[in-house]
Amino acid sequence: MSPSNGLTFAVPRGALFADTVDLLEHLGLDTAELRSNDRKLLFEDIGVITMRPSDVPTYVEAGAADLGITGKDVLLEQSGYARDEGARQVYELLDLGYGRCTMVLATAAGPDPAAEALRRLGVMRVATKYPRIAAHHFEATGRQAEIVEVKGSVELAPLAGLAEAIVDLTATGTTLRENNLVIREEMEVCTARLVANPVAHKLKAAAIDDLLARLRAREAAGAA
Amino acid sequence: MIHPIPSGTRDVLPDETRELRRITDALRTVFERDGYGEVVTPALEYESEFARGGLRDARPAYRVFDENGAVLVLRSDMTVPIARVVATRYPNAEPPLRLCYFAHCYRAVRPQRGQQRELLQAGIELVGSPGPQGTVEALTVLVDALDATGLADYRIGLGDASLYPALMEALGVALTVREELLHTLGRRDLVALEEQVVALGLDERSADLLVRVPQIRGGPEVLDDLDDAVAEAVTGLRGVAEQVPPTVARRLIVDLGLVRDIGYYTGAIFEVYDPALGTPIGGGGRYDDLLGRFGRALPAVGFALGVDRLHIALAGEERGATSSRLDERAAAGLLR
Repeated sequence: MSPSNGLTFAVPRGALFADTVDLLEHLGLDTAELRSNDRKLLFEDIGVITMRPSDVPTYVEAGAADLGITGKDVLLEQSGYARDEGARQVYELLDLGYGRCTMVLATAAGPDPAAEALRRLGVMRVATKYPRIAAHHFEATGRQAEIVEVKGSVELAPLAGLAEAIVDLTATGTTLRENNLVIREEMEVCTARLVANPVAHKLKAAAIDDLLARLRAREAAGAA
Repeated sequence: MIHPIPSGTRDVLPDETRELRRITDALRTVFERDGYGEVVTPALEYESEFARGGLRDARPAYRVFDENGAVLVLRSDMTVPIARVVATRYPNAEPPLRLCYFAHCYRAVRPQRGQQRELLQAGIELVGSPGPQGTVEALTVLVDALDATGLADYRIGLGDASLYPALMEALGVALTVREELLHTLGRRDLVALEEQVVALGLDERSADLLVRVPQIRGGPEVLDDLDDAVAEAVTGLRGVAEQVPPTVARRLIVDLGLVRDIGYYTGAIFEVYDPALGTPIGGGGRYDDLLGRFGRALPAVGFALGVDRLHIALAGEERGATSSRLDERAAAGLLR
């Protein structure tokens, strides 16, 4: 079989990119061009399509890619917690271990302004790029929250008075500290995951299982 | 002037209608030839009656009140109405009963390619014929019907809705967590499934089986060397796999992890896949308890095809004949 077993991969640009390319190289793909050309998006010769991480489930669900790598945060936000009408239909096959981050609830340092808002106004305003994860968290913990969806720089929201709290992903906590925010609750640990299209998972079972076995062996060898 | 229509619905114009008609005519010819008489039922049903179906993830989403204040639903499925028809209109007819339908159903899905909120389904129901022979007949009709439309590269995944529950029973998984494990499997989250199984603290063999068995899929040979705890649970599957004619056998992928969104299935279940489409074209299975809920306890099996999805797959295969590189790669991996 060829290194990629005739499979196409949706590969995330950004924080997960370097580790993902290492993984593809371990599988035997020729990643030289992938590493050197950051303008190109489609690498047909090795069956790789690159995109932003939040687009990976879209491509994989539609079958435009057989497999994809993306963060658990993206999957939680898009496939959700229940198989409801909006959930992305993809198989989650493997925890790849890298890209480890934590989804947290953070507010300004000092007396907790979110707790104060909850006590006096009955509801806290929460800015986030992950509205479904945030809504699920507050529902599950029985608190009322107004979710304010923003597309970037979430840490600005409490400073500017848009919200009392934020729900966001943090790896080292540096951005939070720089903005005088402290972690009040840790919600989920998120790592990179391997996902598969449900039809490819059946029609290309042998190729996918062979690849999974090689990735598990790599994990066992401690390379991840 | 643009006058909108609701999200997830669409107008079908003559060119497309002609192509859809060709597909439904081909299907209907096979259904009728095999003795399946076409029925038409109302799009609106009483919510209280429809709820007997136990549809779970395919529950009706659209409700209206009639002039007496009764709650009506737009049907989300055709199997439940047919169970009602059999119990009500054929209370004494000698089984088996063979019925088919071409009908629109309504679901609150996220509209996307091949997934509309108003969807045209074509299917059959075989009532009063137990497994495995009833299942074999339904699969044979399915393959003949798909062949008649001209679809070439499709495969049929065959699983069993009772397999994982039986496995959990055999391995002594506590009743309280069985629903949760099934739910996780239904979400296709195999990473979470492994975490939850490990958290149960079972012995190594049991944990390994609970994680590994739902990932087993391939030719009928995967049924041969299974652990004793599973071997019992796949008796029904083996019966079907052994009795299907060669035309069906060459299409089969035995899939021990197959799960369907609909709650009434009791035994063999199946789905149709085509490399030209990222989602299943249709599926079905055995529902041996459903008729009993309407007062005429009979074993039954059936399937429904999404006509739009079938159309997309046919168009995709046609384009694939002139073929892009990625499609060739897909085809190469398809038939081993």
